[in-house]
Parts: sequence; structure tokens; C-alpha cells
Amino acid sequence: MAECHPVAFRWAMKAKLQGAKIIHVDPRFTRTSAKADIYASIRAGSDIAFLGGIINYVLNNQRWNTDPFFQQYLLNYTNAASIVNEDFRDTEDLDGIFSGFMQYSDQEDKWPFNGSRTRYDNTSWQYARQGKIRKSKRSVEDIPFEELICSLKMPPVLKDEKLQHPRTVVQLVRRHFSRYTPEMVEKVTGCPKETFLKIAHTVLENSGRDRTTSWTYAVGLTQHSNGSQIIGCCALLQLLLGNIGRPGGGIVALRGHASIQGSSDIPTLYHSIHGYMPAPSVLKDHSSLRAYLASEASATGYWANMPKFLTSYLKSMYGAAATAENDFGYSWHPKISGDHSHMPMFVAMAKGHVKGMLCIGQNPATSINASLERKGLRNLQWLVVKDNFITETATFWNKAPEIVSKDIKPEEIQTEVFFFPSAQVAESEGSFTNTQRMLQWHFKAAEPPEDCRSDAWFTYQLGLRLKKLYTNSSQPRDQGIRNLVWDFDPVLQENTSGEPDVEKVLKEINGFQTNNPDQHLTGFTELMDDGSTTCASWIYCGVFPSPDRNLAKRREPDPPGVIGAHLNWGWAWPANRRVLYNRASADLNGRPWSERKKWIWWDGKKWTGYDTPDFALHKPPDASADPEGIGLEGLSGRQPFIMKPDGVGWLFAPNGLVDGPLPTHYEPVESPVENILYNQQNNPVLKYWKDEDNRLAEVADERFPYVMTTFRLTEHFLAGAMSRWNSWLTEIMPELFIEISPELAVEKGIYNNQQVRVTTPRGGIRARALVTSRMRPFLINGRRIHQVGMPWHWGWQGIVVGDVVNHLTALIGDPNVSIHEAKAFVCNVEKA
Amino acid sequence: MMTERMGLFTDTTVCIGCKACEVACKQWNRLLATRGGVSRMYGYSYDNTLNLDGFHWRHVKFIEQFNEERHEPRWLMMSDACKHCTQAPCIDACPEDAIIRTEFDTVVIQPELCKGYFACAGACPFGVIEGDPNLRIARKCTLCYDRLKNGLIPACAKTCPTDSIQFGPLKELIPRAKARVEQLHEQGETSAYLYGVEEEYLGGLGSFYLLIDQPEVYALPQKSQL
Repeated sequence: MAECHPVAFRWAMKAKLQGAKIIHVDPRFTRTSAKADIYASIRAGSDIAFLGGIINYVLNNQRWNTDPFFQQYLLNYTNAASIVNEDFRDTEDLDGIFSGFMQYSDQEDKWPFNGSRTRYDNTSWQYARQGKIRKSKRSVEDIPFEELICSLKMPPVLKDEKLQHPRTVVQLVRRHFSRYTPEMVEKVTGCPKETFLKIAHTVLENSGRDRTTSWTYAVGLTQHSNGSQIIGCCALLQLLLGNIGRPGGGIVALRGHASIQGSSDIPTLYHSIHGYMPAPSVLKDHSSLRAYLASEASATGYWANMPKFLTSYLKSMYGAAATAENDFGYSWHPKISGDHSHMPMFVAMAKGHVKGMLCIGQNPATSINASLERKGLRNLQWLVVKDNFITETATFWNKAPEIVSKDIKPEEIQTEVFFFPSAQVAESEGSFTNTQRMLQWHFKAAEPPEDCRSDAWFTYQLGLRLKKLYTNSSQPRDQGIRNLVWDFDPVLQENTSGEPDVEKVLKEINGFQTNNPDQHLTGFTELMDDGSTTCASWIYCGVFPSPDRNLAKRREPDPPGVIGAHLNWGWAWPANRRVLYNRASADLNGRPWSERKKWIWWDGKKWTGYDTPDFALHKPPDASADPEGIGLEGLSGRQPFIMKPDGVGWLFAPNGLVDGPLPTHYEPVESPVENILYNQQNNPVLKYWKDEDNRLAEVADERFPYVMTTFRLTEHFLAGAMSRWNSWLTEIMPELFIEISPELAVEKGIYNNQQVRVTTPRGGIRARALVTSRMRPFLINGRRIHQVGMPWHWGWQGIVVGDVVNHLTALIGDPNVSIHEAKAFVCNVEKA
Repeated sequence: MMTERMGLFTDTTVCIGCKACEVACKQWNRLLATRGGVSRMYGYSYDNTLNLDGFHWRHVKFIEQFNEERHEPRWLMMSDACKHCTQAPCIDACPEDAIIRTEFDTVVIQPELCKGYFACAGACPFGVIEGDPNLRIARKCTLCYDRLKNGLIPACAKTCPTDSIQFGPLKELIPRAKARVEQLHEQGETSAYLYGVEEEYLGGLGSFYLLIDQPEVYALPQKSQL
């Protein structure tokens, strides 16, 4: 965090000055470790073994088992008491896989680049229920939305509030993690047992009625073939410890760029549309608006409102053309047909299936398995690069290593490359959404030079030209772009730069009354499902409640000494709420769990406190759920997790994750050791793209004996496309290096600062050796394993240049989100 | 007109070695990078600028302290700059009287008066001063004299994300620093002490430090050597 988010680390250091303990778990001793009270080094890729060990420690701890706080939180605010289907089989039963494992059928292969060969059918992971789920015989078409949502109502979940039934979630969790003992943690992770126990003890000691523990992570946890499960494992632990929905708790995702949070909310992701609704897909029954809702909405919990969110979204897309009669233009909306994320797209590109690419602020020429990605770029017909500098991607055709080595001649490359110079962030205005989900407006400080233009300008102008191109088309597939609402012209006519009015964009995102666009919506409770409201992203509804009040512009902190959530600083989605699920900060009767951790409470008439309550404002804590009710009516006054259909936090995830309902330790695809915990070596449903340029090392491959992890440095940003052009930054971190321990250096006869060659089955690169005791060898199940690390900020463009570390990495993906596995693979290191 | 004495307190225990102070200093003072930024790596931990000199007025030191077992590992970081001494040897050494004590009681070289004799460089016990290779005059940290005159705090202190570098009147900084040492002692960090507050340090330094190891570990002279 200190290394990659130094500005955010300000707050961690302020907490430390007030007595907070900082624990750092990382394969490498970094600038964050230097400031931690406890540091644990673990082998890269062994995260679930470590976290699972803490879960096991907690479950067997006497205080945890007897403290009423933990037991009340567990019983009432999580799904601990819910009983799972009798067909369910755990990894304990099937030696590392769950029930429902099956081959991926070819019929599902509408897009043959998904990287999946196996998958799970999650039917057996579902809750056991009182009675069968009624499948309505009536077609969902032509019935009112409310009736459709009602028809999704499920029979109640079977529960054992004594938590004794062997198929209660908590018993399954206990059994699942029983083998994650401190001894096992040491064997798998290489972290000494004493250090592990000190951390487990500290985390538990610092959790409870009076204290909370927060977990922060960045891509070190996500870039694995089971990255989503690692985060899920943190969530499971935090729920066990009662650290969710309370101040100072939670799981804090430190994002990789400014406003990456914003780009998930208003997604540049292929698989979701605004506000975390799934992208319509041809692989599911999304054939009509109502079929989509029947498939994705739920009868209970807040997602029962999905018809309002979706119709308001479609109104924002297609305006007056979207009517109740044509299902608000649902059929015009693009549908996905598989995994269209970064890696499969480049595999498809390399095979000649992609015609053109708009590359804005991204540098794939130095991205994962960079040689293969450049093969993709060579097979395009056209490539548009829009960036601040001439990046490696803009020069892949004349300066890449394979061009310099003359293996490929530029004249043999068909791709036509266009470069558009970009305005810098301070040369445009707009909003940033930070990791706290807080929108903060930034203002334009200077005009961009010459023909540099903002990304908003580029996108808007491109849209205008595309719309013009299709004006006269009568093809059904073009009706979406013909009907797309695309009016962001500035109100002031003297602005002739073609730059759109970004507050008009924010207005569309926030929403307004369809018949009176000057009447902005003040919150998502105003949304309707009849087309009378227009709102692109329901979660952002309320940020711009009237034409003269853009709340993202607010900069009013709470006065010094006053406890609060700084609610007048910027605006956080949803509804300016700073802690999600904050009903959980109060006990069953609505009283704060403790004075010290007071946040939201029931004052006898309503929920109140320092934050915006995340609950039905007037629902008393003792209100029971209406058995026939939908939405929040279907939840009681004691069910804080209102986005979940059952209103509780999930220790066990019946759905949502494709690779298992519980986190399980699997080895990285490339590992020097066998999985000690199960016979199943890797995540059984991970994604891998078989290709001669994407070869893998065997398990314990003698040619590639060392664990490699990649990382970022404070001095540079990503592939260096912004930072390696600034001489003040290049002089403080000029060259590519590899961190190796003195022990490995002695073994290999490598001196500090000497040039070495690093190889994997995908390629080889040169770097300087930085021999440092911050790296250390691990003892893994009795074997000494060396680990090395490399920052990946270099390329062939810029003031300082260096080899591309991503020549080493492989296209391997987490099956949930297709994140690559660059944080743990194997390599060899030799003197150059 | 003399105002109260202004200075810096640098608490090295909260420094994260981000080098933002180095960059902010260069940006505000328009100092060039080594060979246009095309420099090389030295292999001394994360330190690639090595010293204070005529165009590095700030420098972050990185000191790795690990034993073979990696027991109680430490990676010390310290952002260094001119100490703005009470009895500044550089002022006395300059044959042209080009170095002045400002109204903020800070020590500033007047570039227009410097003739490039570098007597000051030899006199400074901290190795702070060196020549600017282009201008051929002695240059060093001015504690952002131009910013101070305009009511702004020095660029390094302004940019420091963790408040490791704190700017203010010395009479406020010193008690704050002493309280911080006490807090660290209570938390078990008994090796914490202040470097540069006492008289023996050339009458007291205008820029002083909280350290947790001997001065020579940070390449600083012992007070007895001053």
C-alpha cells in the first residue's frame, strides 16, 4: 500500500500514530513492510492457505466460540445457520473439487476463445428449502413486472439456529477449513508458524464488539487463477469476525488506476452494464426484457427493483424510441456471446478474428505474454492508439524486439496504425470515483496543447460520426445505434472545440424525469419501471439532484473533533453512503454494538447515525419479514445485507462464483511444488489458452525452479507510458531489475547490480540483479524454494528503456473475472 | 524584518521512501535530472541519486538492516536536505558573503553573488552543498525561500503524504518532536531520539530528525564530530 498507494497510505500511518497495528503479508519485504508492526513473507500464490489458516484459528478459538458478539453476528447477520442441499459435496469429500464438476460442452462454444474446458453446475450448492421451487407454467411475457418479480419468490431456506446440523453453512465451513492448521500453513506458505500465529492472534484480538480490523489489498491478491476466491476468503473471514458493515472494518480494494472504480460502476467491462447488472448474453435466457429479468432479478432483497433500474437505463440509451410496447428497446441492446475480456480478445486477434482495435490509455504491446499480444496486433487491419505519448503499442510495428531482431519485417505487417495525441487529466474536467466509491469532480487547469483532445471528446465525436453513418440503415441490427441518445453538445455555443459537456453526461447517469429533463432525480427510490424516469446508472442516482447541484464538487469536511463520515465531501454511491451494509454496525435491537464503534442506530422511530443508513429507514429492528413480500418487504429488521435475497452475508456462496462456494487452496498453474492440501493441483475450472506461444512449465519443472512474482514501484506507473517520459522519475528509478536473495545469488554466482537473464517457457529477458535480504528463500514442505520478483514498468519507448517483463508471463485466467496470473509463476535466472 | 525561526522536523519512522519530496523539490526549484534522466541503477537498495548535490537538494536514503535469519528486519528511510544550522559553517566560509541568513532564520545561497569558489562545500559537515554543473555556482536547499516569502510551505513538506516532513516554527516543532519520541518509547521503540535539537549540533539545526539508529547508520556525523 505504501509502495503503490502512497497517498492513501497517509491514513494508515495516521491510524498507526493513534495506536493502530499494521500487519503486512507479502511475498516481498516492501516499503509497506518497512512500516508494518508485523510482517509475514509468504510464497506467492499461497494466499488462501494463509487466510484459510486464520479462518481455522478463529473457528477453534475459545473466545470466538463464546463471545456473544461473534455468535450473535454469525447467527443473525450471516448465512451460518442456512442448510445446504443434500447433494452438495465438498472438497473434503472429493479431494479438492466440489460437486457439479463437468466438461464444458461444445454447444456452449459460440465464442471459441473462452479458455474454459471444464465448468461447475452449481445446482447442488444451493440452499435446502421448505418445499420445491415452483416453476411457473405461465410465460413471463406480457405479465406486469411486479407479478414477474413475485413469481421468482422461493420457498423459505431451511435453517438450524442451533448451528448443529452437519449441512449448516457454519458446519460446512468448519469441516472445509479443518485441514488449514498452523502446521499446514507453514508447509504451504513458507511463513514460520510463530509469525502466522502472531498474526491470527492479533487479527482476532482486534475484532469484536469494541474493535474492528480492516483488510486492504491490491492486485497482489487478484492476479491469480483463483483471484476472486482469495478476495472471497477475506470476506468470509471478515464476516466471521463481525467486521463488515462497521466503521474501521470491511475489505478495501486498492484499485490500480485513478477511477478504476468508476470504470466498473459505469463499466468498460464486457460482462456488465451500468450499476452492476449483467450484460445481456446469448448464453443465458436473455431473449427478451422479461426473460432477462426472470433470469437476473430476485424476489427478495433490493435487486427486486431491477425492472426499475433496467427500464430507466434503457430509457437513457434509447430515449423517446424506448417504449413499453417495444420493451424499451431491449432487443437493440448488444449481447455478449462469451468471454470478451482482454486475454481471449488477444487470442482471437492472434488468430485473425478481430478486425480493428481502439486502444485508449492501454499498452497491450507490453501486456501479458507480450509477444503473443503483439502477434494479435500484427493481425489487425487497423489500430487506433490514443495516448499521451507514443507508446510501445503505437510503435509495435517498427520498434518491437521481433522487428529489431529482423524476425519480422515492418512491411509484412498489414495493420494500419493511427495515433491520436491525448489531453492530460488536468486538461479536462470530469469525475473520479475512488476506492471508497466516492465521486470527486476535477476541474480543468489548462487547455490541452495543439491537437491533443480529451477521451470524452474522442468518444463523443466518434459516436456522432457512427450515428451519421447509420442514419439511413434499415437493418434491424443497426437500430440500436440509430436510436442511441447522443446529445452532449455544450450549452454555451461559443465552445466550438467539439468537446462534450461532461455535466450533461453526469446528468444522464444521475437521471431525470423523462417528461421534464430539468427535474433531476434525487435518489434511486424515485425510479419507475414504466419509462417515466430516465437514469443510466441507478447507483449514481442522486449525485446531481438538481441542475445547479453537482454533489461531486463538494469539499466540506466535518469540523475538527466532530465524529462523522464527512458526508459533505464529494458524494459516494449508493445514496452518499460511506459504509455499506451499515445496519450491521448495530446489534439485533438496533443499538450500537459499542460506544466506541457507534455508527448507525435505531432511535425508536427511524435509523439514524453518522452515515446514511443502508436500510429501510423506518423499518424497526424487531419487524419480521413478510412471507409474501417482495424486495425489502421480504426481509426482516435484522437482515442488514439488503442486496442479498436472504438479507445476510454469505460465508458460503451458493451462486455468484463459478469455481466453488468456498475458497480452496490450489497451486498456481506454474508452481515448483505439488498441492499439499489436495490431489487437485490447480483450480479445476481455470482458464488457459493453449497456444505454441503460451507454453507452460510442468509442476516442479527443473528448468524453471524459482517462483516469480511481478510488482509495481512507487516511482513508476504501470508499463511506464506516463512515468518513463518524466526525467525526474526516470533518474530515481532508471533501470529494470530483478530482486533476488543473497542465498540465491551465492548459489548462482550472481553479484549485485550484475546483468542476468531471466527465462520462462514464453521467453527470456535481461535485467540487473538487485541482491537484497528483503528477499528470502522459503522452506516449502521440507524443500528450499527460491522466490524472485520483478517490476514491470519498462519497454522500448521513453527516456529510459528496458526489457518487457510480460515476455515472461502466460495467458492464464481466473474463471470468474478472467484476471491473469502474473503474481505467481516460475522462471530461471542465470548470469547474462 | 525577522519573523520567528522556521524549520523542518523529519520523523523518519513515518517516511515511506516514496521520494515525492525529491520530485517536488526539483519541480518547484526547476532542477534538472541527472543526464536528462537517462541515469543508471546503482544497486544500493532503492537509492539511485546517492547524494545531495547542486541539483539534488533533497535525497531519500534507504538502509536495509537484515540478519541472515531475517529476525526483526528493518528497512530505514530518511529524507535528507540542508540542516539550516544556527552556526552555519558555510556562511563563515564564503569569501564573497554570498550566503545569508534570511528573515526566517534559514540559510540561503544568493546565486547572483556566488563566484563558485565552493569554500562552503568544504565547510559543510553534512556534505549538503555542491556545485551546479551548468551554472558552476554552489547551490543547495533554500527551504523554498520564495515560497516562504509568499506564505507557502516548502514543496517537500507540502507533498509528503505521511507528514514525515513537517514544517513550522521551530519552537512548535521541537516540543511536538519530543512528544513523538516519548510516544515511540512507550510503544517499545526505545532507540528513538532527536538528532539536531541540542546546542552541540552547531547551535541546533533548523532542520532536525527523529532517528532510531546511530547517526552514522544514516551517514550523519556524530554531534561530537561537529
